[in-house]
Amino acid sequence: MIIREPVILPERKGFLAKIGQKVVILIGEAGRCAMVGIGAFAQMPHVFNKRSRGEVIRQLYICAVKSLPVVTVVAFFIGMVLALQIGIELRHFNQEHLIGSVVMATMLREMGPFMSGLVIAASVGASMAAQMGTMTVNDEIAALEIMSINPLRFLVMPRMVAMIIAMPLLSFYTCMLGLVGGGVVGYTQFTVPLTVYWTNAMDFANLRSFHVGLFKATIFGIIIVTVSCYEGFTTTRGAVGVGHATRTSVVLNFLLILIVGYFVTRLFY
Amino acid sequence: MIRFEEVTKRFGQKVVLKNVSYEVSEGEIFCIVGPSGTGKSVSLKLMIKLLSPTSGRVCIGDDCVSSSWSKDLSVLRSRFGYLFQSAALLAWMSVYENVALPLRERTKLTDAEIRDKVMDALEKVGLENDAETYPADLSGGMQKRTGLARAIVTEPEILLYDEPTSGLDPVTSRMIDDLIVELNERLGTTSVVVTHDMHSALSIADRIAMLHGGRVATIEAPQNFIKSEVPEVRSFLDAQYITRKGVWEKGN
Repeated sequence: MIIREPVILPERKGFLAKIGQKVVILIGEAGRCAMVGIGAFAQMPHVFNKRSRGEVIRQLYICAVKSLPVVTVVAFFIGMVLALQIGIELRHFNQEHLIGSVVMATMLREMGPFMSGLVIAASVGASMAAQMGTMTVNDEIAALEIMSINPLRFLVMPRMVAMIIAMPLLSFYTCMLGLVGGGVVGYTQFTVPLTVYWTNAMDFANLRSFHVGLFKATIFGIIIVTVSCYEGFTTTRGAVGVGHATRTSVVLNFLLILIVGYFVTRLFY
Repeated sequence: MIRFEEVTKRFGQKVVLKNVSYEVSEGEIFCIVGPSGTGKSVSLKLMIKLLSPTSGRVCIGDDCVSSSWSKDLSVLRSRFGYLFQSAALLAWMSVYENVALPLRERTKLTDAEIRDKVMDALEKVGLENDAETYPADLSGGMQKRTGLARAIVTEPEILLYDEPTSGLDPVTSRMIDDLIVELNERLGTTSVVVTHDMHSALSIADRIAMLHGGRVATIEAPQNFIKSEVPEVRSFLDAQYITRKGVWEKGN
């Protein structure tokens, strides 16, 4: 059951009691949020249904294709900024030709999945939370439940599948475009020949970094769908509530992408 | 068919329903009227476990809704059709797709069979020419009629209507009233209608329950309801210019 009654707890007196109550509420919310993600995975066998396939493709278009313009700009400029900052420092040691290596290592390991995660959280995640929130306050989620249509299968699972496919691709695309942006700055600002830039970049492109980056991107995608849909489903108080859910989902996604990103890096390096 | 047994419903400190007990018989049109905030819509939501009672039981036949787990609940809910006050249509689907949704998701009917049933339901609510329109392009009344078509397309045993005629013009309201009576007569559907519209309630109901202050003020057949001397009922009827002499018969 997605639609839940608002839990109104008695007001606690005393500082510690209040903190304790907040911790209990937080743990409960984290658990329910995780159940949305787990529930969506449990519905994955339905992905091969004709209707689900169509919805996955529609969501893929929204997640991947419609995000391309903003991801392109962000990726290109991140690569340019990285190359510029690194180039300025490397110039002190006459090592500008190493710009490509640093840009490649940074983009592949961290910036590719991280930046694509942030962009998707701010665009697709926010729109997901707003859509689910509006559907909740307009009784559309309740209508689905009454029709015995599981919202986790009907709404969350196709988004989850689409995001699991789209995020690694977008992360890879971000890496490649960042590399191009870095090359442009290396060539125009530091006169590093493109062949040198590319050769140095490829020296630092190892399969492990590539795999970890894609894994991270996938995890970020799962986080974005889970948090955004959960925030949407728990929306109350009309339009104000939808705004609040959208804002909370973006903030939580940003924080979780940062924190989980760190721990995934720790796990592999 | 639907039984409320000593049902109390609280939201925090606020008590919405207090020890409410009544029974809706099979094939009956049961209207629930009363001022805003007296627990009419809450009663409907308790029937399909969108809400759970704080104490007491809500039973549908032999099944107790309030203690049903999700799998039983899904089976139980498939017996219901529900018309929301806000219609609750999915915005990215056309009128046709919205109405076809429960058939596509819950049955194994072919596309042709689904088409026949959907067009039949749309014809009943007078929207057969708007099948390809999207909810955003419909008026409030048309959205509500689409919601009604979606509720009746599966021909459920029990239909719950939350303010079916609010915001509708008198002709459409009458059409909806006639449809509720027709479904009841043709399919034997049990209907629970929450409404403020006493004219509508008196026209279609077999029995009318008045909720006031979270309690049942009275449950009467329409002809007795308008003669009721219960002060809450009297003031509610007076506010809609319905006197003791008013003659209201089912279907008229």
